[in-house]
Amino acid sequence: MRLVLFALWLVAAPGFAQEARPLAEDEAAEQRLVAIAEELRCLVCQNESLAASPADLAKDLRRQIREQIKQGQSNDEILQYMTSRYGDFVRYRPPFKATTLLLWLGPFVLLVAAAGGLGWYVRQRRARIQPAALSPEDEARVAALLAGDPPRGADEKRA
Amino acid sequence: MTRLVLVLGAFGLLVLLLAIGLSLDPREVPSPLINKPAPAFELPQLDQPAEKLSPEALRGKVWLLNVWASWCVSCRDEHPLLVQLSRTKAVPIYGLNYKDSRDDALAWLKQFGNPYVASAVDADGRIGIDYGVYGVPETYVIDRNGVIRYKQIGPVTRETIEQKILPLVKKLEQ
Repeated sequence: MRLVLFALWLVAAPGFAQEARPLAEDEAAEQRLVAIAEELRCLVCQNESLAASPADLAKDLRRQIREQIKQGQSNDEILQYMTSRYGDFVRYRPPFKATTLLLWLGPFVLLVAAAGGLGWYVRQRRARIQPAALSPEDEARVAALLAGDPPRGADEKRA
Repeated sequence: MTRLVLVLGAFGLLVLLLAIGLSLDPREVPSPLINKPAPAFELPQLDQPAEKLSPEALRGKVWLLNVWASWCVSCRDEHPLLVQLSRTKAVPIYGLNYKDSRDDALAWLKQFGNPYVASAVDADGRIGIDYGVYGVPETYVIDRNGVIRYKQIGPVTRETIEQKILPLVKKLEQ
């Protein structure tokens, strides 16, 4: 009996499912909203974008952006609106200026410094490591081998 | 030996950098509103909604704007300090009741005391956005010309009141 009921439920259940409602009346505006909100940091959670954050403030700010889009403001104007209230920190890609110089250039400065350090280390290491000097007997053997004569010492030993 | 010193030195430098990083508070975001005119608003007052409160009307005096809400837990921490400060009459404190319900806010003031000359009601948080509010409570010092001179994010402490806010108010009043 239970099985039959379960089977009936399985057949009937999809009937209750509804069509997914459209997320917003204006899909293009909503896409723009998401694009802008992804550029902005949620100040409450800090590691989440305004698009992803469930915080109340993020909801309010998304509402604000939505209204500004409806008013026909450009993306730059909306970003400017946010920065003038919350500072460059709200932007995941802050503008390049005196206060953000270290932020933008710091990694490259570190890279150049590291490459320079590596170069210096390799050069001074090369200077430090001298090729091993050969004893006079070894030099003689090398010369003999290069000339094609079997070294005498070795022959004597073999004999 | 030199190598050991170098490695230890590099490690020490790393530890120092990380220690500095840990001691910084990432929640303290420098506000771009410092030394900018306080954003205008005209909002109904909490206890008498027919009356409006606006920064424009406070031109000519130095005042504090404290953003608070009855749902805000750390507002309770700073509230006794504000009540105390209001008793000294050193500086008028105005409130911005942020995203709160009127009944809750009034009950809260009744329970914990009311340090505010008046509180403006920002029910949907729009004015809060204009002031760059993101962590209630926040406190602003606004000078005679209506310019924001200081912003405290999070609850004020005895130290911030005594060492930052009051000296600044005194300086601005001169």
